[in-house]
This record gives sequence, structure tokens and C-alpha cells, in this order.
Amino acid sequence: MSLDPVSNPAAIPEEVLARAEARGINRRDFIRFCTMTTAALALPVTMVGRVAAAVADTRVPVIWVEYQSCSGDSEALLRANQPTAGEIILDLISLEYSEVVMAAAGHQAEEAKRQAAEKYRGKYLLVVEGSVPTGADGAYCTIGGHSAVEDCRKLVNGAFATICVGSCSSFGGIPAAAPNPTGAISVMEAVPGAPIVNLPGCPVNAENLTATIVHVLTFGKLPATDSLGRPKFAYGKRIHDNCERRGHFDAGQYAQTFGDVGHRQGHCLYQLGCKGPETFHNCPTIRYNEGASWPVMAGHGCIGCSEPGFWDTMSPFYRRLPKVPGFGIEDTADKIGIGLAAATAMAFGLHGVASCFRKGDAMEEDKVVREE
Amino acid sequence: MLEIRYVWEWPVRITHWVNVLCMLMLSITGFYIGSPFMTASETSQYIMGWMRLLHFVFAYLFTVSVLSRVAWMFLGNHHASWKAFFPWTTAEGRRNFVKMFRYYTFTGKKISYEVGHNPVAATAYLGIFMLFFFQIVSGFTLYGMYAPGGVWSGLTGWVLTLVGSQWLRLLHHGVMWLLIGFFINHFYSGWLMDVKERNGTMSGIFSGYRYIEPRDL
Repeated sequence: MSLDPVSNPAAIPEEVLARAEARGINRRDFIRFCTMTTAALALPVTMVGRVAAAVADTRVPVIWVEYQSCSGDSEALLRANQPTAGEIILDLISLEYSEVVMAAAGHQAEEAKRQAAEKYRGKYLLVVEGSVPTGADGAYCTIGGHSAVEDCRKLVNGAFATICVGSCSSFGGIPAAAPNPTGAISVMEAVPGAPIVNLPGCPVNAENLTATIVHVLTFGKLPATDSLGRPKFAYGKRIHDNCERRGHFDAGQYAQTFGDVGHRQGHCLYQLGCKGPETFHNCPTIRYNEGASWPVMAGHGCIGCSEPGFWDTMSPFYRRLPKVPGFGIEDTADKIGIGLAAATAMAFGLHGVASCFRKGDAMEEDKVVREE
Repeated sequence: MLEIRYVWEWPVRITHWVNVLCMLMLSITGFYIGSPFMTASETSQYIMGWMRLLHFVFAYLFTVSVLSRVAWMFLGNHHASWKAFFPWTTAEGRRNFVKMFRYYTFTGKKISYEVGHNPVAATAYLGIFMLFFFQIVSGFTLYGMYAPGGVWSGLTGWVLTLVGSQWLRLLHHGVMWLLIGFFINHFYSGWLMDVKERNGTMSGIFSGYRYIEPRDL
């Protein structure tokens, strides 16, 4: 076993560590952060040094805005269980504007945002939380007298890149669920064609946000994304395909109700309506709050919160399939299907009985010889 | 004079019975996948794993069978041709469609006597082929989700932009029930015609031969 930096592919140069230390970051925490983030980005271990160098040097200006949101994504980042992640990320970025943590308020805060956007034009990262309401000329959400649509367009166009955190800014989320009274849309819909990366989830996983920012710092561009604008490193696989309960799924062991034997033994939550098979996210591998847990680990099925339109398409959350439109809430596709099959069998059965008593409709009557 | 006519060529018969086998297997395994009706007592069992494997294997077989039948629509005799599935494009076809429909609804006395499919049946099979295509495309779309960027997700990714995966699952499941309904209808109608036409409707799909009185055509 060798720990010398020449043969250790994950080695971080001494002077980079020293620079991080000079900024008051504990050496061990720094190494831990760099290796974990490199792993989260699905980069090879040889990239740790490059990530560390980028993280130790750069501070990127960030403007964090909220529209129709619950601040859950801000909370997810700020209350990250991993104390150092929050600290490091706040050290990594220069947070110019954030309604949740800034001390300034009112016109003073808006002035700071305007100035930051001017000063770092084309350089700042914009983080958007919450959907953009377009109904009633944008009157449902205004900031300092400007509608969210207006504010969003201006900031997105001036940014180096935009990171949409949470399902609302990524896909419209809960505000955009039917009947969508405020005409909520995603940032991508509000500003089509802009460099935007979506980090859906309710809330966003702080580790994926950190990794995305680190990717920008290290490579100077946004990570590779799929057709929905989600980074492939975090949304490239289904929850179901990385789930720790997958063995029970393949075996055929399912919890039928909450608290039954199967549920207590940690069997698959498929029958309880888990949406892991239709949801793309890295929850099973990254988990939440420094790998502490995630919904399926805690015994509750995935509700598909990071998928587009999840509130409408993934519900009922405790059923496998959506409700069949036009039928009662208790009707499932199978009940209706059995009804259909039974009605068909009955109808043709009656038709058959009637046909038996029918006379004179059979062909070739002249050729029929009835045997003794 | 009765004639023995070779109507259903071997590719028609083979694809017919392969489709029957596939639909049976796909319905059973698909039903299990949607709603597991057996639970394993031990983790070492592999019930869902086998069900899914069988579902995928028979899905490929079904696809090959349906595509082979489609190819035969351009290679086989006129009963197998794609044109046979559009009977109402000719005046005679329209007339016989009405005649057959009236027979089924007890408003007409006579069967429209045909060598191949009667026009009502042919129309139904056109719809069934559409449902087959729908099941194949929706099935492979759902299957392709296991590997984004792979071959299947590359070929079928456009489907998920039209309808979300959950609704697609519901439709895939609903069409299974429609096909089960069709099976009941198809089995009954075949039996009825075997009794009434007296020309080997049922044995025809095994042997290919039907017994036709040309005078009655």
C-alpha cells in the first residue's frame, strides 16, 4: 500500500490543500468534499486534483432568486446535514442575492441584485427556485414591482448559465399542476434557448447542486444533459434500477400495506405505488442529508417528485397506475378490464344461444347428410 | 361441386398461432408485472425476474411474428394481402359488410359467404393490427427506460414526449384488456362460422384448406 502522491491517482497537490487551508477549510473536510463531488459527477478518480484546484481557487458570483416557491430548495442546501458541504459551497460561491439568507431587504436588496447582475454580466450563475407564473400578466408573483417573468428573463439572459433547482423551476412543479390557476411555467419555457440546467426534485438534492456548480468551476461549462435538460450524472438512471430494495422486487417480495410483515421486513414498495420504475434520479446512490436516508429507505415509495408534471402524472401516489378517467376513484384498470371481458363473454354467449335456435341460415344445406 | 381450396398459406398460420401463444404469455406475465399476484416466501426466489424475462422474450417473438405477417401482406396470396384488410374500399365489400353486419345483429338472414375473411372480420383485424402496433411501440418504450441513451430509448424516446410513462403504462394495460375482449369475440365468431358456413373455418387455421362451393360465392 502506498500513499505517496505520485502513485495515488486521487492525490491533491500540497499547495492546493494549503490554499484551501488558508481559506479556513479543514484539510480533511476539503479532501472529503472534493472526492465525494468528483464521484457524484461520475468523473474518474484522476479528476480529483483538477476539481480540487478549481474549488480552491475560484469564487463564482451567484444570484439566487425565488418565484413561486416554498424555499424548500434553499432549506435543503442550508440545512444540509453535512456541515462542511454548506460551508464549502457558501465559500465556493459569492452569494450576491438570496431572499432566504441575505440581511438586506426591500429596495436595498433589489438594488444589490441589479448591481450584481450589471457587474458580473455574463459571468454570474443564476439559481432559480420556483415556477414562473404568466397568468394575469404575471401579477401572481412580483418582486420589487416587476413580474417574475420580467425578472426571470432579464436575469437568465444576463447570466453565464442558469441552474433551476427543484421541480417548480425545472418543470413548473406543484404550482403548474392542474388546473394551474396562475399559468405557472418552467424557466426553460419562460426563456427558451438559454443555457439552463434543470435539477428537479422536491426539494433539489444539495449534493447535485454542489456538483453542478463544481462542474461549472472545473470545466467552465454546464454538465451534459438529457432531453429534459437534466444533468446525466444525476438523472441518467432510474431510481428503480439502483434501488436497494430491487432484490425484493425481482424475487417477488412486496409490502402490501404499510406496517404489514413485508413492509416491516423492508420488502419492495411497488404494490404501495412506488414510482421508482418511472423516475430518473440518483436518490438511491446519493441519498439526502449526507447519505443519511431517502424516501424508499425510510419505508415510503417514491412519488416521482423529480419527473415533469409529477403531481398530475404520478398520482395517485399509492397506486401503481393512474386513475382511469371517467370512472370512480375506486375503479382500477383491472376492475374495468374484467368488467369488459365479462360483458363481452356474456354478450357473445347470449348471441350464441340465439344463433343455435336460428333456422335456415346455414350454408350447403343441400349437401348435408344426417347420419343414422 | 365442393372444392378444396388452399386459402391460408403457412406463414399466415404460423404467425397466427405464434401470436396466440405470445398474447397468452404476454397477458399472464404482463398482468403479473402490473399487479404481482404471487409473492415470494424467500429472497432467493426470482418470480418477478422470470416474469419480466418471459415478457421481454415473448415481446421480441411477438414483434418478429407481427412484422413477418406484415411482410407476408406483400408476398402472399390475395387473402393474406394488406388489401384484404380494407374490404369497404370496393362496392362488393361494402355490400357484404352490410350483409354480414345484419346477419350478426339478427336483422338479416344470410351470411356473406367468403373464401377468406368476411368484411366485418377483416375490419376487426385491421383494428387488431393497430392495437398490436400500439402494444409493440408502447411496450418497447417502457422497456427502453432502463437504459436512457440506449437503442430502444433512442428509437422510442419520442413516445414519452407525447404521453408520460404512467399514462403509457395505463394504456398498455388497457389495450391488453381490449385484446382479451377481442379474443372472446374471435373465438366465438370462429365457432359460429364453423357451424353456419360448414366450410372448415376452424380447421382452416390449422390446415390452410377450406371447402368452398363456387356456385354459392
